Amino acid sequence: MPLVKNGKIITDSFVNVADDAEIPADGAILISAARFMGDPEALSRRAGRTGVIWPNNRDVDDIVPYLDRVAVIALIFPTFRDGRAYSQARLLRERHGYRGELRATGQVLRDQFLFMLRAGFDAFEVKKPGDAEAFASTVKRYSVFYQPTGDGRITALHQRMLLRHSESASQ
Amino acid sequence: MYAYDELDRTIINERVDEFRDQVKRRLSGELTEDEFKMLRLQNGVYLQLHAYMLRVAIPYGTLSSAQLRQLAHVARRYDRGYGHFTTRQNIQYNWIKLAELPDALADLAEVGIHAMQTSGNNTRNVTSDQWAGVAPGEIEDPRIWSELLRQYTTLHPEFSFLPRKFKFAITASAHDRAAIKIHDIGLRLHKNAEGETGFEVLVGGGLGRTPFIAKTIKPFVHGHDLLSYVEAILRVYNQYGRRDNIYKARIKILVHELGIEKFAQEVEQEWLQMRDSALTLDDTVIEDIRSRFTYPAYQRLPHVPDELKKAAHDPHFEAWRKNSVALHKVQGYAIVTLSLKPVGGPPGDATADQMDAIADLADKYSFGEIRVGHEQNLALPHVARRDLPALWKALDKLGLATPNVNLVSDIIACPGLDYCSLANARSIPIAQELTRRFANHATADLIGRLHINISGCINACGHHHVGHIGILGVEKNGEEFYQITIGGRADENAELGTLIGPAVPYADVADVVEDIVEAYLALRARPDELFIDTVKRLGVEPFRERVYATR
Repeated sequence: MPLVKNGKIITDSFVNVADDAEIPADGAILISAARFMGDPEALSRRAGRTGVIWPNNRDVDDIVPYLDRVAVIALIFPTFRDGRAYSQARLLRERHGYRGELRATGQVLRDQFLFMLRAGFDAFEVKKPGDAEAFASTVKRYSVFYQPTGDGRITALHQRMLLRHSESASQ
Repeated sequence: MYAYDELDRTIINERVDEFRDQVKRRLSGELTEDEFKMLRLQNGVYLQLHAYMLRVAIPYGTLSSAQLRQLAHVARRYDRGYGHFTTRQNIQYNWIKLAELPDALADLAEVGIHAMQTSGNNTRNVTSDQWAGVAPGEIEDPRIWSELLRQYTTLHPEFSFLPRKFKFAITASAHDRAAIKIHDIGLRLHKNAEGETGFEVLVGGGLGRTPFIAKTIKPFVHGHDLLSYVEAILRVYNQYGRRDNIYKARIKILVHELGIEKFAQEVEQEWLQMRDSALTLDDTVIEDIRSRFTYPAYQRLPHVPDELKKAAHDPHFEAWRKNSVALHKVQGYAIVTLSLKPVGGPPGDATADQMDAIADLADKYSFGEIRVGHEQNLALPHVARRDLPALWKALDKLGLATPNVNLVSDIIACPGLDYCSLANARSIPIAQELTRRFANHATADLIGRLHINISGCINACGHHHVGHIGILGVEKNGEEFYQITIGGRADENAELGTLIGPAVPYADVADVVEDIVEAYLALRARPDELFIDTVKRLGVEPFRERVYATR
């Protein structure tokens, strides 16, 4: 599956390591939340970069103490109709200040890209190659936004206030 | 009226472009039906028994005459010349072709109308009192807040894939016309001791398979905090609402399983972490939205003008006036309800010609404004009382002056098995038969206020649980049967009805309703004791006896 980051299809440098496989000393890896939480101190200090695949039914609070030591958090959309990871993403970014890669995995489809981006995802494991290629144009579909989220886009309510301000200033 | 600005229009147009692209990808096979289904639902498109159905939003039930004309145009150009007004301030078109849907939506977008989130597991059209802004005694116009919520909930990046659908309703009057207690979130606007505007927030109401009346989660949330508090509720629900069983996925089940106290604690905990965020509505933002609602320049007019005195000699006019005309907050004006429940007609339907004519009448008599209520009737909210006789004549010609508002033939009904792929039984023919049985106005008037609600299946789109008499279609061995409840109501004293006995076959439903009504007339303590009050006083037993004694 193609990985889109910063709007471009890139090569994934992270390797998935199964729960029963040995963890390499270095190199970028993705491991399950259960495995990571088994020994978070050691795993977050290994030589290579470590990413964690976080299930959508586990509170993100558990990983908060290690946020500055994990390179990737991969949140899961088991189907695109299951929207729990949107809340997890916003909590990680906006409440807990996570700055590392936030990756959308699972049934990641074109018509949800913009929602995901607005919720704080910056990497997308896209299900269909055609969707990955359409990423850049798809996220430009909308130019006006009603809700404030951590992506910093200005809301319509705020934009109106600015317009009013500039109107009254120019009079 | 709320005037959409360039920003609102841009979003609607961008949504139309997006949907056009989605339809194109479905038609080319790029999207599977499973993938497309949720996308089309999020834009109000269902696949029904015979065709695609488009549900269009009428936020908080307010329409301009230009908008109503465009609804008529869509009915004529893309459908079969009529539309169906629903119980949630939407209009449905039943015969639209998939390939033409984007064009229909583009036409609607020209007048600021859309179908965003009229279906799907997201926040639905925000509904309110159809008399908002004109009802005497109203605390303030709830549509300001409805519009703030409409914007907040439209294309929300976090809450577009909730466990299940999610509905808001707002009222600002003591008498609740918006049925807030049967909504996922119900908001009752009131003022605190300091005179500041806020809301009693209710949560977890809903009908369907497992009906619940909403419970109060917080008695007063300041208007400034409305969006952050709502976001806290939605976030708790998005994370913890059940997704394993579609019938247990509404917030009402989460509230029920956790208990309201525990649920309220969870929400409070979440809210305290975000109440001082970008979601806080400061007064300038609220005032900006308020300033875009315009109100008519009312004249100083008498309460009883000569025109009205003269017309009082016509008993037909008087019957209509007493039934369909309500007090307005401004002297000399009235709120006029237009019954979409003619004898023998399907409840809530209006033809394109009727819609055009109503738009013209709204221009002439109601400052170009029309309202849509959850009872599936329309209203003209600002009619000068001196114009009532002329308006009545015009409405009568159009078949829109049946004086049955709030009476036994003012029936709420879902489309049922005539259209809907979920239905087990027909609703519309039952409603039609009942309107014929109770066609005599004198009899209906004698009976007084009585709401009959009919659903063709357990999903309860016809709100049968909260009908004074509720009728639910079920399927038994391949035949249509109907369960009858009594004592339900959807207002500020909302209650669920009680089953009176075993289900009855299709052919018996109208007889059973007649029996119930006759029992009520015999049992009521005084002529002004309403049906619902008699049931409250006596319980269902005497009604059960009457209905089943001979069956």
